[in-house]
Amino acid sequence: MSNNSNKGFFDRVMLLDRRWVFLVLAVVVVSTYYIPMNVPVPASREVQTIFDAIEGLEEGQKILLAIDYDPNALAELHPMTYVIMEQCFRKKVGVIITSLSQNGPGMAEQAILDIVDSTALPKTYNGVSYPGREIVNGVDYAFLGYRAYFELVITGMGQNFRTFFSRDYYDVLLDSLPIMKDVQNYDDIEMVIDISGSNVVDAWIKYAAARYDVKLALGLTGVMTADYYPYLGSGRVFGLMGGLLGAAEYERLADNPGLAMDGMKVQVWAHLTIIAFIIIANIGYFGSHKKRGL
Amino acid sequence: MKRQIPLALVFIFGWLMLALYFIPLEGAQKVNENMLDWTSIIGIFALALGIWSLITVNLDRIKHKKRDWQYSFITLFGLFGMIIFGLKFGGENSMFQGQESYMFRHFFNDILIPIYSTMFSLLAFFIASAAYRAFRARSALASILLIGAIIVMIRFFPFVAEYTRPVADWILNVPNLAAKRAIWMGVGLGIVATGLKVILGIERAYMGRD
Repeated sequence: MSNNSNKGFFDRVMLLDRRWVFLVLAVVVVSTYYIPMNVPVPASREVQTIFDAIEGLEEGQKILLAIDYDPNALAELHPMTYVIMEQCFRKKVGVIITSLSQNGPGMAEQAILDIVDSTALPKTYNGVSYPGREIVNGVDYAFLGYRAYFELVITGMGQNFRTFFSRDYYDVLLDSLPIMKDVQNYDDIEMVIDISGSNVVDAWIKYAAARYDVKLALGLTGVMTADYYPYLGSGRVFGLMGGLLGAAEYERLADNPGLAMDGMKVQVWAHLTIIAFIIIANIGYFGSHKKRGL
Repeated sequence: MKRQIPLALVFIFGWLMLALYFIPLEGAQKVNENMLDWTSIIGIFALALGIWSLITVNLDRIKHKKRDWQYSFITLFGLFGMIIFGLKFGGENSMFQGQESYMFRHFFNDILIPIYSTMFSLLAFFIASAAYRAFRARSALASILLIGAIIVMIRFFPFVAEYTRPVADWILNVPNLAAKRAIWMGVGLGIVATGLKVILGIERAYMGRD
């Protein structure tokens, strides 16, 4: 303590106890959640292309929604799953769901149950009114569940979905599900949207997109996003949603604000707080150096 | 023999799988499908081995009262609890409804999800603390990194988004993309080289020390 009291103001700033940083950030995160604030999230081109692709689908067409994330990525990726699934159900686009990460099935089931409930209510999006309707398992969607060795499963589905998924998550034969009647492999679906918080996404790119020429879009956590921009540039993936921002952009496009729009204001303030801390630390750094004549 | 047989198997199946990838004939794809089935079957043995290892390691910790041995109880309880509640038998009125059972879902939704989410949320606090200590404009390069990071972070803030968003997009799409492409090209070439070394028996680390 006596040592610390001998230090100047700038030195003390540099040696700030990290618990102060934790406390300030916690206060900011909790308090800003309750502050009404509208964060502008203009849609980026890579998110717009995903929205347009789904919006352009006809009733009865099918997509594969790969829910490849665990609960740790829930805050960023669940909103993407929710908004895309609801958009498909409203438009009567069939959704085939797989989960190739260990805890993915729980995430997928939670999303399915919630969206089935919300789709039962009538709602208007972007000026189009959709009546509430009952979503039927096996007709509007098929949940295939989890299989180990995602690289093999993704390759196998290119030949036939039944290679690895002879039965769905609820132990029903795939051949008995109306939605799977004319679906053999990737040729029979319009696109794959992989929402992923792990390296499963690499297998979708390498095997589904590169080998079977599947039209692929990605929804990724914020930290992963920068790694996958090259695939967007090369055209290997046609759309990319990055983190909470990507989800919020999609929610705005779909006119269906939800968890991501709510979370954006917290994220913006948290980022500002971190920037403020960085500036303070740098003032301390330069101040102490100047004092020492360095 | 102990070394030659695995090397021969890797050589034969390595080249075979590589060849099958490029042969679009129906017969070749059938062989490929069979191979994939075999991989799943072999994988089940690995799963059994993993579970056995988890049980023995944790029982050993409990038996010898090693450091933090109490947590081993929770690990084993979690393992067996999820297996038991994930079982399906006894008809519609049974509490064992597999993955749809009340207990299985509540274990997942009310225990696993909050644990995972909490662990991940803590990252924000550590990142803030690390940024405070490490993000300093010590040199010209560090200053560029610092300014770049700040622009990318504030690209959505209401009052400045109009000006920072185009710059942030440029940072992500031009310098970031160029660096990532170079890294990925290097990684890709490395993977090809390592794969060939394994198939040709030059790289043998996967066989252990024996």
